[in-house]
Amino acid sequence: MTSSPFWRDALEKASEGQATVEDAALLLREAPLFDLGRSADRVRRHLHPDDVVTYIVDRNINYTNVCTCRCSFCAFSREEGAPDAYVLSDSELAGKIEETLDAGGTQILLQGGLHPDWGLPEAVRLARAVKRYPIRLHGFSPPELWHFAIRSGVSIAEVISRLKEAGLDSVPGGGAEILDDEVRGVISPRKIGWRQWAAVMREAHRQGLSTSATMMFGSVEAPEHIARHLVRVRELQEETGGFTSFIPWTFQSGNTLLSCDPRFGERQARGLGHAVGYLRVLAVSRLLLRNIRTVQVSWVTMGAKVAQLGLFFGGNDYGSTMMEENVVASAGVAFRMSEEEIVGTIRDAGFRPMRREEHRCST
Amino acid sequence: MEPSLERIRDKVSAGVRMSEEDALALFRTRDIHAVGEMADLANRRVNGNRVYFIVNRHINPTNICVNRCKFCAFGKGKEEPLAYTMTMDEILVRAEEGRSQNATELHIVGGLHPDLPFDFYLRMLRTLRERFPEMHIQAFTAVEIDYFSRITGLPLAEVIRLLKEAGLGSLPGGGAEIFAPEVRNRICPEKITGDRWLEVMEEVHAAGLRSNATMLYGHVETLESRVDHMRRLRELQDRTGGFQSFIPLAFHPKNTEIAKGYTTGLADLLSLAVGRIYLDNFRHVKSFWIMVGPKIAQISLHFGVDDIDGTVVEEKITHAAGAQAGQEMTVAELVTMIRQAGKIPVERDTLYNVVREWPETAA
Repeated sequence: MTSSPFWRDALEKASEGQATVEDAALLLREAPLFDLGRSADRVRRHLHPDDVVTYIVDRNINYTNVCTCRCSFCAFSREEGAPDAYVLSDSELAGKIEETLDAGGTQILLQGGLHPDWGLPEAVRLARAVKRYPIRLHGFSPPELWHFAIRSGVSIAEVISRLKEAGLDSVPGGGAEILDDEVRGVISPRKIGWRQWAAVMREAHRQGLSTSATMMFGSVEAPEHIARHLVRVRELQEETGGFTSFIPWTFQSGNTLLSCDPRFGERQARGLGHAVGYLRVLAVSRLLLRNIRTVQVSWVTMGAKVAQLGLFFGGNDYGSTMMEENVVASAGVAFRMSEEEIVGTIRDAGFRPMRREEHRCST
Repeated sequence: MEPSLERIRDKVSAGVRMSEEDALALFRTRDIHAVGEMADLANRRVNGNRVYFIVNRHINPTNICVNRCKFCAFGKGKEEPLAYTMTMDEILVRAEEGRSQNATELHIVGGLHPDLPFDFYLRMLRTLRERFPEMHIQAFTAVEIDYFSRITGLPLAEVIRLLKEAGLGSLPGGGAEIFAPEVRNRICPEKITGDRWLEVMEEVHAAGLRSNATMLYGHVETLESRVDHMRRLRELQDRTGGFQSFIPLAFHPKNTEIAKGYTTGLADLLSLAVGRIYLDNFRHVKSFWIMVGPKIAQISLHFGVDDIDGTVVEEKITHAAGAQAGQEMTVAELVTMIRQAGKIPVERDTLYNVVREWPETAA
């Protein structure tokens, strides 16, 4: 790899919290892996000096796969009426929650497609159905919240306050993909733009709901787009302080429309969605987002082995047991981890595994 | 950096040989950035920025084996339902497939069959050499060579001479496992001893044939026994210089009699990196992507590895024990994966002659 010494300046600026989009892009492109790793590890140990790596026992529930968005990177969504389209019934939902509680789970991560018939009343009803049980509800990413608002003709503030009233505890940071409308125009043209995503998060934070923020990379973006995403999240966090965690993960191309594009192979080969690229992006995320306490590794997309290494490249949270995972699995990637495996993997890396405290969402 | 590591780093920089204590300290540390950088330095000194791969075809002619090693899910008794032995025609079909994919090597290892005469193997070699003179035949672990000597009553040197005359080009490094008797007695009591394995290899090298050396880790061995294993390899290599590459192999638990989980990413990287740093008289360290998965194989290119084996096409031994990687990687996939790690892909033949060097980045 050709390295100019400029990455050193960028690294220094990053460690002072001053990195610009250009600095971050330079780090992604040129900084040697171990320099990035060591710097990210330093930030991580400064924020979490006790060697603790957290995780959560929760269940991922996808209430429907019917979605009007039909993003080209998504293998999960279906049109209404498709033979394998589904909406979970009340009894299926209840069964899944009871299983989670029986397994010692403390949270439901609830997300679904943008169903054409679903508005705020349906969402409120679903939230109440979950909250009949003593369990945290981490649910409804910004595109879903936006969809409910449009369908029901109410404001985002109204959607959030009604769901909060119904028991919503925190909001997952999904649907962020890459917070850049040029990239979104290619991979998710019908999804809300980055400003709307930010607006929903701002409102959630204003109403006292904490949220996570995600980033899906390794599709068609350039390092500059990743850098812009990181800076935008950092700036929003400056403003609200409402993000508890940041979760970068990689695009999984199986069964997606995007992977059928003849130009895609070359684009992906140049991207950072591979294993070494993942560690680089994770480290740069940790370096830039010093104002977000937690950076989560993604065993769901990268597997247990790479996720473990991620703990040395800035990650301080191992995510969750999931119990079921449908979105990434639709793309043909189905890693599985039990709580024992998560705990063993964290220990093997020399860290202390600890179940995440109840009030901290970050799936 | 820990003081003991600093001392080791200085030795690596100065090109001073590692002690066994040094190797142990490297296995025990969790400063993976330091270990990675040392291994990378040791590797670059020998191999620069090049990463080798080979277009090869594996053939496992039989899974019937008189040894029943506890870590092995491949070996079967003669009467078991999944037992198989290929006919010469079946072997030739696979070799022909190899040729059609421009393979430069046939890689042949199998079980210790109770009935097949030594002549079967000599005929196989002669036939393959006649039909496929352009492909190098790398075949038979030291365990099989010892077995041939026992079933024929011929001395090792004579067995090797006959095999070489029939077309054997070099030997793989399997069957080494862990040399220490207390480990060997627990995992493969019927297999030849570590002493005998080394004795066979010394004869092989004396006959002018190259070989590789493996180490099976992640089962019941201790770190001390891994270091002892590498010490004995380094000593023999000092005498013969006949080993080409060191190949740590990750134990796979499925369908075996050893109750352990899969190895962690950290254990995989440390085995490779410490091997690179300690085995200063080995030119190459290979990360077999079938064993550790393509993701860890790619990351390992920053941890001292300069070889990711090859296209493989059909692999039965590790897959019997639950390997999660596929059985085949195309040349394009291998080249992309190496480039993404910032390295120069080089297709090699069995003896590390360059077949083709790719430019560092896609045109």
